[in-house]
Formats: sequence, C-alpha cells, structure tokens
Amino acid sequence: MIEVNDIHKSFDGTKVLKGITTCFDKGKTNLIIGQSGSGKTVLIKCLLGLITPEEGSISYNGKVYSELSGDERRDLRQEMGMVFQGSALFDSMTVEQNVMFPMDMFTKKPKSEMQDRVDFVLKRVNLVDAHKKFPAEISGGMQKRVAIARAIVMHPKYLFCDEPNSGLDPKTAILIDNLIHEITEEYNITTVINTHDMNSVMEIGKKIIFLKNGIKEWEGTNKEIFKTDNKAVTDFVYSSDLFKKVRQMYIEERN
Amino acid sequence: MGFKNNIRHGPLADLGGSVSIKTIKTNTRKLIFLFLREEDYFYRMNYLASIGSYSIMIREVFKKPTKWSIMKDLILKEIDELIYGSLGIIIFISFFIGGVVAIQTALNLTSPIIPKSLIGFTTRQSVILEFAPTFVSIIMAGKVGSYITSSIGTMRVTEQIDALEVMGVNSLNYLVFPKIIAMMLYPFAIAIAMYVGIFGGWFAGVFGGYVSSADFINGLVLDFIPYQVAYAFIKTFVFAMIIATIPAYHGFYMKGGALEVGKASTTAFVWTSVVIIILNYLLTQMLLG
Repeated sequence: MIEVNDIHKSFDGTKVLKGITTCFDKGKTNLIIGQSGSGKTVLIKCLLGLITPEEGSISYNGKVYSELSGDERRDLRQEMGMVFQGSALFDSMTVEQNVMFPMDMFTKKPKSEMQDRVDFVLKRVNLVDAHKKFPAEISGGMQKRVAIARAIVMHPKYLFCDEPNSGLDPKTAILIDNLIHEITEEYNITTVINTHDMNSVMEIGKKIIFLKNGIKEWEGTNKEIFKTDNKAVTDFVYSSDLFKKVRQMYIEERN
Repeated sequence: MGFKNNIRHGPLADLGGSVSIKTIKTNTRKLIFLFLREEDYFYRMNYLASIGSYSIMIREVFKKPTKWSIMKDLILKEIDELIYGSLGIIIFISFFIGGVVAIQTALNLTSPIIPKSLIGFTTRQSVILEFAPTFVSIIMAGKVGSYITSSIGTMRVTEQIDALEVMGVNSLNYLVFPKIIAMMLYPFAIAIAMYVGIFGGWFAGVFGGYVSSADFINGLVLDFIPYQVAYAFIKTFVFAMIIATIPAYHGFYMKGGALEVGKASTTAFVWTSVVIIILNYLLTQMLLG
C-alpha cells in the first residue's frame, strides 16, 4: 500500500499539486485520471521518487520515503516497476536484453537462471517470438508488453504505468489493460495507472482518483463513477456522446 | 552624480542595451559604476549555475559505480564508437593539414639563405604543438561531442534516463563514466594524428618538389625537445575530458523534444570549442610560458 499525505509541488512558482492526500491499495489497479495539466504525471513521478514534493509525505508499506537513507531508497526503487508512456526501452538492446537488464544490473544470478526468468515473463506477456528483435523492429503494442515484462521481471511490489495504452488501437489497448490487471491480482502488487482512457476507467478501475488543477476532486471505484453527481467528474468522464449514452442506459437500468 | 541612459552603441551595446552607467564624482577621482537590470543579472548568473551543476554532475559520475561486468562492455562499446570510429576522419584531416603546413611554409621561404630543412622543422612544430592536439580536438568536439549530446539527449527525451533512475541505476555513472574512460585513449589517436600529419607534410613537400626528403628529415630532428610532445599529450588529456563531459552535460540536462536535442548538440559544440580554446591558451601559458 502507498499512502500519500498532503503533498504539494510547484514549478517556477506555478502550483501543480495542491495538497493531495490518498492511498493506493495493494492487489488493486489504482487509476489516476484527469485532464492534461491536472498534475497526474507529476503525482506519479513523486510516487516514483523522480520528483521530490515540497510538502507532505509518501509512504510505502509504512516506510516514509523522505526519511529513508540513500541505500534504503535504492532498495525501495528496486521494488518498483515502471511502464513509461513511450515504453522507454533501451534502443541499443534487444527485447531479451531489455528485460534482463534489471536482473543483470542488480542480481548475481547465473545466466541460465536469468534467461529462464526472461523467457517466463515474456511468455507471460504473450511475447514469444521477439527475443532477438530490437525495439525499433516491433510494434507499439509489443513495445508496451516488453516494458511490462521489464517492469515485472524483478518481482516488484509496486507497479506504475504512465498512460500504458496511449497510441494503441482499441483492441491492443484492452489487451494491455487486461494484462496489467491480471498481473496485479496474480502477484498481489500495488498498481498505479495514470490514464486518459475511459475504457480503462470502466474496465479495470478498482480505485479511481480524479485530479483537477492539482487537487483531488473525487475518489471512488468504476462502479461508483456511474453514480457520481460530481460535475467535474461527469464532464470529464462523459465528455463523449457514447459514454453519455452508456451512463444513461446504466441509470435507466437501475431505475 | 549622474545617471545616464541605457547604452545603445559601443562595446557594451551587445549586452542588450540593459546596462546603465552611474557616475560619482568626488574631489580626487571619478567613479563609474555599471548596473545590470535584475533579469540580466540572473541571466548571467545562469552561467555560474551551469558551472555549478556541471561540477555536481562530474561528482555524481564517479559515485555508486555500475557493476563491472556491465561497465566493461559499455567501455569497449564507447572505445569503438568514440575512438576507433573517429580514426578515419582524424587520419584524413591530419594528412592534409600536415601537407598544407609544409606547402605554406615552402611558399613563404623566399630567401635563399634560409635552409629548406625549415619546412620539416615548421611542419613538426605546428603539427605536434597545435594542429594535432587542438585542431583535431575542435573537430572531435563536433563529431564525438554531437554524438554524445544527441545520444544522451534522445535517451532523456524518450524517458530512458528516467527508466534507469527508477530502476535505481546511477544514470550519470552508467552513461558518462564509460565515455570518460574511452576518451582517455584519445591521446593515442592524437599520436596517430601527429605521425600522419608529419607524413602528410613530407609527402606534400617531397612530391610537390618543394624540399628533398633528406632536408625535410633533417628539419624534423632539428632542435627536438621531447617535453613539447609531453605538453601536447597533457593538453590532449584535458581536452579528452572536456570532449567527454561538456556534451554529456548538455545532453543529460536538456529539456524538450527532438528539436531541443539538435539545439543542445549545437550548444554543446560551441561550448566545448570555447572551453578547448581557452584551456589551450591557459595550458600553453602554464606549461610553456
């Protein structure tokens, strides 16, 4: 579990996060949603320790990040996996080398054991024929799956995903969503996903946090988001006619 | 006491017309103060901030080293990219520069009392003292420097550096340290440049009919001071460090997208060249002056 307590962050005098307090539950897919510029990416970078908040604290299973020593922070970071928006795969390495990289860097396991683990995680993300290919030689969806494989190869306790299905076709986006959701439940990890995708919100949002102008405007589940009367949330989530109709149908069905 | 308008002309005009002059006259002297506007003061402070963050970067490069089995491969890869991959252009430039120095010297020796061996002597001195270490370093600032800035800058833009940081890797050590170590072999490349430059001078002098081979070689060994070669290699070591780190700094701390990667490469080349030229002057004064 990750607990965020009243964090503030500003850049060049502009406040981006204005006192966010929430918690991200273990074994659940926690979603952060909101318009562009609402502070989602800054929040996730604070959770990763890439940005230091000016006020407030973030704790991981009770351990407050700002109170940890350099070595403890490094150890904690090795318990985190991150899927970046653009996948952030290393261009000069093959798929296999990308996935093996964290193990190669931080463990002293024999090569054969590392290779078995790489084969296992690549199979788990349904990538079996791409071991020797370079990132530029595979599709965007495959790159995302390699990024997920690299993020889970070290058995992380926390998985962070920054817009994991941006730039993907709807079918591949659903596959990626389902994969992240399955992995979260299977390994009982705390997953935090930053997304714009309303399909993800409806399908895998076991806990949703809606940010607006750096403030937590609303918090709930994908079931509750249908019922909410919060105008900011409904304006954002049901901005398309399709979702408006879906919501209408849901309300009529309930009545 | 007077307060003059902002300067629009003259040597201070390039400061953007933002400098004001305040003159205070006392009984014995006249004091003139230059005032910068607050925003210009902070703009100029950016240079100091950059020097500070460059120093911090250098310190971080040597902290928390990457596992040796990985670092070894990275160093070999960088030697291949930065040194071996540059030998072709170094040899090409050195040969022709050496040749041009020999021809220019020969064409300027109009007096019959000046021995032809001076062509060999001048070629040796020019190539060893300046052309090989400094001129080639400026070329390398463009070739190697832009490669370093763009490769690290692209990693920054595509979040690969963030990925390294999230994994707990010291990204500066991982990315910059192998380049510094690889560039420590740069003096070997410069030794080749010296040899090829002198050979180019001999080739142009002899086959151009300006000097006999024996006269040229006599000039080469005339008043040879081994310390001058040591001086050239000391300069080369310093330049190697500059070529590896200034472009890395510009790539690592860049912000923006693909366009900014290009701009960062240009800025890195300009600053690397400026620092090489200034250090060349200072080192020459310190070591030979």
